[in-house]
Amino acid sequence: MSDLHLPRTAIIDERIQESSTIFTLRLRFEDAAAQEVFEFSPGQFNMVTHFAAGEIPISIVNDPKDSHYFDHTIRVVGRVSEAMSKLQPGDRVGIRGPFGRGWPVEDAVGRDVLLVTGGLGCAPLVSVIRYLMKRRSQFGHLHILQGVKHSNDLIWREQYDAWAREPDVNVLLAADVVTREWHGQQGMVTELIGQLNLRHGRTIAMLCGPEVMMLAAIANLRDLGIADHQIWFSMERNMQCGIGQCGHCQIGAKYVCQDGPVFCYSELADLMGAKGF
Amino acid sequence: MATDKPKLAVHKFSSCDGCQLALLNLGEPLLALPGLVDIVHFAEAGPNSPDETVDISLVEGSVSTPEDIERIQQVRQNSRLLVSIGACATSGGLQALANFADRHAWMASVYTDPENIQVLDSSDPISKHVKVDLQIQGCPVNSGQVIGVLRDLLSGVAPRPEVHSVCMECKRKGVICTMVTKGVPCMGPVTLAGCGALCPAAGRGCYGCYGPAEQLNDRSITDRFEQLGLDAQAVLRRFRFIANSAAGFKTASEGLRGDSDG
Amino acid sequence: MQQSAKIERQPGFLPRSDLQQLLDGIVQSGYQVLGPVVQDGAIQLKAISDATELVKGVSNVQEPGHYRLQQTAGERLFDWNHGPQGLKPLCFAPHEVLWVEQKDPLSFAARLPEVKPTAVLGVRACDLSALAIQDRHFLHAGGADPHYRQRREQLLLIGIDCAHSAASCFCASTGDGPSVNQGYDIGMSELDEGFLVWSGSDKGKAVLERVALTTPQTEQLEQMNSQSEQAAGEQQRKLSKPEELMRLYQRLEHAHWQQVADRCLGCGNCTAVCPTCFCYDTQHEVSLDGQSAQNVRQWDSCFSASHSSMGGFKVRGDILSRYRQWLTHKLAGWQEQQGRIGCTGCGRCITWCPVGIDLTKETDTILWEGSLDE
Repeated sequence: MSDLHLPRTAIIDERIQESSTIFTLRLRFEDAAAQEVFEFSPGQFNMVTHFAAGEIPISIVNDPKDSHYFDHTIRVVGRVSEAMSKLQPGDRVGIRGPFGRGWPVEDAVGRDVLLVTGGLGCAPLVSVIRYLMKRRSQFGHLHILQGVKHSNDLIWREQYDAWAREPDVNVLLAADVVTREWHGQQGMVTELIGQLNLRHGRTIAMLCGPEVMMLAAIANLRDLGIADHQIWFSMERNMQCGIGQCGHCQIGAKYVCQDGPVFCYSELADLMGAKGF
Repeated sequence: MATDKPKLAVHKFSSCDGCQLALLNLGEPLLALPGLVDIVHFAEAGPNSPDETVDISLVEGSVSTPEDIERIQQVRQNSRLLVSIGACATSGGLQALANFADRHAWMASVYTDPENIQVLDSSDPISKHVKVDLQIQGCPVNSGQVIGVLRDLLSGVAPRPEVHSVCMECKRKGVICTMVTKGVPCMGPVTLAGCGALCPAAGRGCYGCYGPAEQLNDRSITDRFEQLGLDAQAVLRRFRFIANSAAGFKTASEGLRGDSDG
Repeated sequence: MQQSAKIERQPGFLPRSDLQQLLDGIVQSGYQVLGPVVQDGAIQLKAISDATELVKGVSNVQEPGHYRLQQTAGERLFDWNHGPQGLKPLCFAPHEVLWVEQKDPLSFAARLPEVKPTAVLGVRACDLSALAIQDRHFLHAGGADPHYRQRREQLLLIGIDCAHSAASCFCASTGDGPSVNQGYDIGMSELDEGFLVWSGSDKGKAVLERVALTTPQTEQLEQMNSQSEQAAGEQQRKLSKPEELMRLYQRLEHAHWQQVADRCLGCGNCTAVCPTCFCYDTQHEVSLDGQSAQNVRQWDSCFSASHSSMGGFKVRGDILSRYRQWLTHKLAGWQEQQGRIGCTGCGRCITWCPVGIDLTKETDTILWEGSLDE
């Protein structure tokens, strides 16, 4: 019986500073056999252990076909991520995972996909965008909507530009506060949804960001006639064990770490937005 | 002795020295400590260079004299990180009880020449006078907690604060609730964990040394204490004891009917 | 979710004076015995070797925020109901190291507990049901917890029917007691003159082969049943039906949540004494020399500030939302997760709450008083 509490050692091969507070670690398991069998899907996460600081959940952002490594893009938000920001190539961390349910990429085959992100470097959604881009022919039209507080916050700008140049890909950017160089819109990302010409019954939506933003986006999508079971989003809660055991991440009867972090709106409609859940 | 080890100082202000003693009572970790840091000042243990610049200062005691104010400002200037330790340093200590009274009248009743005593009008936590990077509660501090914090600071990691109530420590240790089985009034439910439930484990109610719990429902525990037979004065003294000037306990005691004796 | 099948009773009679035989049989089968003793004013499970060490002639008074033991005139050993803990600490340890870590080079090693085969004498029906719930939580497919399993597999459980109920008991309404009906290796029912004893598993059967039991009289079997009915009849509290409890989720805005929050201290005692509550926190403890670390698991509570915190933001920042989380999960959310409520009617949360908050009463008020759009 495997011990799901026990981390395995992984080595940092590369470290990329994405912005002042966001960095990416490219990792591989020290045990080559473990790396060989490591499989995940976009939207899943690992529990990453820093020797001195402890363990936090981090989404896996590279393509599942990359068998020799896995990438974690991390934003400094607390004591552990702060400590992790100081790690360098050659350093080691502990890894448990992958855990959770990722994005419904199988359901999205043959459909248009609307991807809405609010906030800085929403790694869970970037992972699925990259996934769809690599398998472009399997999917219909892609709408990529990205909102940030300040236009200078946007990371991976070249990537958005590159995506926008692809056929049948619509990239719309929004920022609450903008500088003169900003080519996107000023305002909230959810306001962009109304500008889209979504094909009913053909569109599946995937959202990631602060809950208030996702709730606003869900309301807009429902107004546009997108069915509840076609609206998916990634939730964030205090995930400690990753295996539906420690109890912290529950929303009602759902364990975000195990039943999610990606949920369909129809699964959480009752409690989403209810204070304290 | 020149090394590249981080430098540590332990400073004393108005206090009983109990927190320093708690550090001295650490046992084995105390012997390991010099391998990790240069202890440049820790008068109770020997090293006595209070004016040296250090990476971490642990400060015990409250600020209660004009001289204390000057000295704590100097300590702050000399310290990269300043950690206040214990009830005196974090909330003013037992001596802050005088904050609720006329301390000059008290002094006159004790000392023959009170005019020779220079004191401030209040006994203050360190944080009232200088910026404090971290606080470790307790009377005395739990030396294990201090060591945990030192370890984190040496690793460059922010320490994780304690958030549970004393009750959780009792239950994890299998200590039987004194309030429920004996009707002994106990501050445990409204007190921050950290002591390891010392008093309840000895069959007594918690004194609240570690200060208010994260959620302090002082009205409910007051009602309960009254049901258990405490009069208004006695309830007041539950809050107004070792951590009397910790924010939550202070406000709680000021709202109580027993607040009349000064 | 299926409940374990109710065990058919085929009792033999063990005279009171021969109880030591049963203990000897257990010890000879390789177990240490934990039995009920009085310590610090409460019934606690402690290691015993002799039947004379067992608590005798003691009953308990359990009311909201109140627990007292009383001397009775009789000779009975099991006239009380329970102490502050059920079986939970024996499988789900309050504090334990999950793994240890070395820094140079970074490596991780599991730390599994060493556990002796342990027999527990005098386990109540509510606690057997609670253990089944914890088993499903900690041993479910994919998440099987090796620490829990290691301890769980070493247990031999000797259940006993309750002949009386405390004022805080309500197991009859949850369907979990007062008589043991599943999950035990040996079952017992106490009579004035001795015990009815029967096996509930192959492990239990093997132990009982070492004990000389006689055929019970019909009146003794009748007394066993009538005691059970009496205990159920004594219960003053009850919980609504599971399907009714699901409606708690429709009453999240009920004014009574605030009235409970006005009394609740947020201390977490209810969760710590609850035999089904499973939340835990893991702490990363680095040695002072910075060369090794250990990952420590300890009981947590949905009443603690860190339980719902994400990078400084607390999903549940006040007592109201924490109490509501606890109650809705226990009585409604659990049904979706495990197919039954997470409460077995032991009433410990009522007894051991320092201010005597009563789960059954608060639930009734929220479910049955006031209108839905309050």
